[in-house]
Amino acid sequence: MLKSVCVSALLCMAAVSGGALAAEKIKIGFPIPLTGEIPKVGESSKYAAELFREEINAKGGLQVGDKKYPLEFIYENNESKPDAAVNVTLKLITRDNVLAIIGPQSSRQAVPAGGVANNNETPMITPWSTNPEATKNRPWVFRAAFLDDFQAPVAANFAAKQFKAKKAAVFFEVSNDYSKGLADSFKGVWEKQHGKGSVVAFESHGPRDHNFSAQLTKIIAAKPDFIFLPENYNFVALIVPQARRLGYKGQFMGSDAWGSAELMKLCRSACRGLFFSTHYAAAGAQGATKEFIDKYNKKYGYVPDDVAALTWDAVALVTGAIQQVGALDNDTRKMRKAIRDNLATVKEFKGITGNMRFDEQGDPIKCAVIVEIDQKGDFTFKESVCP
Amino acid sequence: MEFSLQNSIVNFLQQCANGLEIGSFYALIALGYSLVYGVLRLINFAHGDVFMVGAYLGFFISTALLAPEGMSGLSPIATLILAIPLTMIFTSLLGVSLERVAYRPLMRKGAHRLYVVITALMCGLILQNGNVALLGASHSAFPELVPVVVYDVWGVNINNVMLFIVITAVLVFLALHFIVSRTRMGMAMRAVSWDKFALPLMGIPLNKVIVFTFVLGSAVAGLGGFLHGMSYPVLEQDMGASIGWKAFIAAVVGGIGEVRGAFVGAFLLAFVETMVNAFLPSTYSDLFAFSILLLILWHRPTGIFGRPLTAKI
Repeated sequence: MLKSVCVSALLCMAAVSGGALAAEKIKIGFPIPLTGEIPKVGESSKYAAELFREEINAKGGLQVGDKKYPLEFIYENNESKPDAAVNVTLKLITRDNVLAIIGPQSSRQAVPAGGVANNNETPMITPWSTNPEATKNRPWVFRAAFLDDFQAPVAANFAAKQFKAKKAAVFFEVSNDYSKGLADSFKGVWEKQHGKGSVVAFESHGPRDHNFSAQLTKIIAAKPDFIFLPENYNFVALIVPQARRLGYKGQFMGSDAWGSAELMKLCRSACRGLFFSTHYAAAGAQGATKEFIDKYNKKYGYVPDDVAALTWDAVALVTGAIQQVGALDNDTRKMRKAIRDNLATVKEFKGITGNMRFDEQGDPIKCAVIVEIDQKGDFTFKESVCP
Repeated sequence: MEFSLQNSIVNFLQQCANGLEIGSFYALIALGYSLVYGVLRLINFAHGDVFMVGAYLGFFISTALLAPEGMSGLSPIATLILAIPLTMIFTSLLGVSLERVAYRPLMRKGAHRLYVVITALMCGLILQNGNVALLGASHSAFPELVPVVVYDVWGVNINNVMLFIVITAVLVFLALHFIVSRTRMGMAMRAVSWDKFALPLMGIPLNKVIVFTFVLGSAVAGLGGFLHGMSYPVLEQDMGASIGWKAFIAAVVGGIGEVRGAFVGAFLLAFVETMVNAFLPSTYSDLFAFSILLLILWHRPTGIFGRPLTAKI
């Protein structure tokens, strides 16, 4: 009895490995954080990928050329740690022979793992990382999320159109790289579009300040058409009411650091009617994005976050690139090369987080989403704005 | 030209109003630093965190008293009237327990003041981290007790909360000044700072005077925390650190140990900060502001109202 079980187990294993050799399946590896500091990120990535896989496999698999191949997704836990991310990525590439890597999600893991993928000539897309280092000088590595700086032209274009603004003011936190970087690039973009001196005030504050009245008085005296506020949400909740108390009646424009559920708890009614740019907005989404949200919500019981949406897009990008190859080759190295080349030359990918293509660094050129905080305090989709 | 001149005057007055509000918070904390130093010659570095705890206590008390939507409870104004004294009482209890648990045992064993100061620093860290452990690292939102009403006075925007804070700070200063200079207890406090060893021989209860000082200082810090929460409703565990340091510097510039010094120093620091922010790039505001204070200390090392004394820390 025991013997027969062993024999059948061996036979099964042989069948599985034989199948892989004959390229019956398309294998993609996911080095994602299933445990550790950010397990929710890992869960979202896995759920979104599973949703995609089940949908394709229910139709008999992914159509490549004239044949359909089932998708096989391998999820490895990177434990939210850089070293574990390197190990599991290497394992996926060398042992599991995946055609492409999707993940890791946060920059701390994506930067080292990207080095591994690049050295082993395997295409990789990190859906969520925003650190430039992850893709910089790595022709095999791509990302689905836009970089921090990218929001500057988005905010500038939207504000110019929506507020009919000519003069902008900028207020930022001087010791925060994100805030300062975004403020600097916004100033550059705005002055290029509206001429020198069109940024009428450029003020900053420290990391522990609570009272901003001196800077805000100065900003208000310069009479800007709106104030660009690339700040964390806890500062937004202090700055906006203080500006109102000082008699400012104009608009504010924010960045993705506003998008915390805590913002409205701290800011209350003062932040209603304001706008900020971000990766993706669930409320008020339309078309394919809404379809994805509904499917995800039905299956898992909650509204997907930006990680889930970006992972979905990354999977769609990779499978699209595989389809474009035309026929599945048994030579994994050749397949990987073809997939990379297809990714690098994507003309226009219609994703649920916006249309995108890649620049020479593998960073997406895509449109951002503008969110309006409505009168109930919900973050609703306003429009998609391109740089 | 005339138009722009008028604008600059309005802006200047607005910045003065801003400075008054910031100065009031510095004053409420600096007064506590100065009182304790005046009596014990001890720099109570936990004082900024006592202020932070005051803000959180105010938050808990007013959230507990305030009627949630559709439920029974107190109206916002009643909550305010009740929550302020309660916050002050609980904060002063905290101050007294700090003195009893951390400072008094060391002083009694004859430890050098330096060790007590280090202990005070540690107590501040314990309060901060204890709060993080208790509440987590997320921010709390102070309930809105008084709707903000903005008054436009010839272009200068003043609001009711700000007026309330400035008036409170001035009244607190006058009350403390009166207590220290005109009452028997105040006389005892001054006597303690003069000679701690001769005092018990004269029949003055030393510990009672010290406890009274901590009650006063902590209650005022608690009041400051409460008002800070009303004005800036985002509560953070490290909110006492930066404002506490600045208030301490204000107390030193004014002449630590002097109630008048703490008050004047607080507004001086606030005005220097505000005006630097107003007329120079705000990126360098603290750099310039503190350089100016350094120049003042160069000129008067013991502060504006300070008298030279031996053996300070």
